[in-house]
Amino acid sequence: MEQLLEILHGLHPEVDFETNDRLIDDRIIDSFDIVSLVSDISETFDVTIPVEEIIPENFNSAKALYSLIERLIEEE
Amino acid sequence: MQRNVLEYLEQIVKRLPDKTAYADEKTEMTFAQVSQNALAIGTFLREKGLYKQPVVVFMGKHPRTIAAFFGVVYAGCYYVPIDEEMPSHRIELIFKSLDPGAVICDSLTAAALGKFGYQGQSYLYDEMICTPVREDLISRVRDRQIDTDPIYIVFTSGSTGIPKGVVACHRSVIDYIENLSSVLGFNEDTVFGNQTPLYVDACLKELYPTLKFGATTYFIPKELFMFPLKLVEYLNDKKINTICWVVSALTIISSFGTFDRLVPKYLKTIAFGSEVFPIKQFNLWRKNLPEARFVNLYGPTEATGMSCYYEVDREFEPGEMIPIGRPFSNTDILLLDENNREASFGEPGEICIRGTPLTLGYYKDFERTGEAFVQNPLNNCYPELIYRTGDIGRYNERGELEFISRKDNQIKHMGHRIELGEIELAANMHMKVNTACCIFDGSSKKIVLYYVGDAAKAEVAEFLKEKLPRYMVPNVIESLDMMPLTANGKIDRVFLKEKYSKR
Repeated sequence: MEQLLEILHGLHPEVDFETNDRLIDDRIIDSFDIVSLVSDISETFDVTIPVEEIIPENFNSAKALYSLIERLIEEE
Repeated sequence: MQRNVLEYLEQIVKRLPDKTAYADEKTEMTFAQVSQNALAIGTFLREKGLYKQPVVVFMGKHPRTIAAFFGVVYAGCYYVPIDEEMPSHRIELIFKSLDPGAVICDSLTAAALGKFGYQGQSYLYDEMICTPVREDLISRVRDRQIDTDPIYIVFTSGSTGIPKGVVACHRSVIDYIENLSSVLGFNEDTVFGNQTPLYVDACLKELYPTLKFGATTYFIPKELFMFPLKLVEYLNDKKINTICWVVSALTIISSFGTFDRLVPKYLKTIAFGSEVFPIKQFNLWRKNLPEARFVNLYGPTEATGMSCYYEVDREFEPGEMIPIGRPFSNTDILLLDENNREASFGEPGEICIRGTPLTLGYYKDFERTGEAFVQNPLNNCYPELIYRTGDIGRYNERGELEFISRKDNQIKHMGHRIELGEIELAANMHMKVNTACCIFDGSSKKIVLYYVGDAAKAEVAEFLKEKLPRYMVPNVIESLDMMPLTANGKIDRVFLKEKYSKR
């Protein structure tokens, strides 16, 4: 989780990612961020996020995103 | 002969009044509704005494905004689209340089208007459309309207940081729409999926052909461009068959493996432009949509929209460049060298545009207009304007026009004159580089290359050393996850320059 928060803070240092659960709904994250996130996550955690997981529900909070990563690691 | 863009609307409303013209997630408008609202807005503005002046349309991205545009034209005024997405400093500058006659808002944007320092009149769309239409006022405007009268002003970023308001007229838009339509083959069955914002000229490609043919345009919700699978589901759900998108919107679909799950099966015409299409991504599109037509478009806002096109008719290998092809009918391209003579075949020259699609110039800025819209240097017999794009192009051995770089990307480094575009071209030839952009940092005198792709920095450096003379090899090479883009979909060089100088 620490590593993920670091990646997210790199994109938007002003956002409190530990509590914010409306990253997509409130348009905090844009398409530019999604592309960078998907690539940073694959580098840091050595998992590929398949396109069917690139959906709002998985990107609305750091927590949701982290549980996606955990799930993907387990599946590998 | 058609003289006014509103004739498109007036003809289609007789033929297909109840067909959906424009739609977004929440609302849709038929041609009859567009026409009725536009006439009411035109009447309202005339009753307020507005005529031949800019009227800002500050509304969200929805069908009503389009009706507001046409309403402004009915009043004999010209619409200036502004969007909350634009940086507020930029909006302030635009208000200052325009001094608009009025602003049209919707209920959501009305509150935001105060922060731009605008003191003049503003009106609510929903109230304006209740105005009973007065044919007498509308036809009095029309009687005096000529085809070189302005329709809209859109702002492009100037190199000095002061945005320039490009003024387009009926004639240039009609010429553009007619020629674009014949190249892309729009018709009544065309279903557009619009991606570009309404405050840039790019949206002309959908707005006017929709009227001309009685087609339908869907405004795709912006957030879908984050979620490729949902985006393709949307395209299929609405049976969208025609898109004119910036390249980065297309690569969002192809680069995440979306095609393995779902293909936008109704797409028949895919036009793209403003950026170099990475061939690896382009080939994925072509492989998955073998029946579709792919057309590369090129053109500056100052020549109304697009000026050149190339329909892909052969295979492209990574490292090759998709040309911009040839000019639309009734447009002519001159390639001028440094001495204002036509560049010899195969040699680079500045792309200059001649013809009816030239816009009228920059609003309240005769100086910068005079710098870019100039007398054709090949003609010393009578007045004839050409527009100097500042883009460098050349003809390939097939006789197709290729875009090389911006003219202001030419730098002087260690005594050599260097086109940064040539370095970008070389970097793009690397198999694992998707996009490259080169900047020159004046204070440190360093050439900096930014690229997106899987290649390691060392690989890129080694590759460039083989391809380029020593003095052209970048001093700094940086990898990025994605290229920053401007609202027009071009690589944001100013941003990259600032990024480097702030490092």
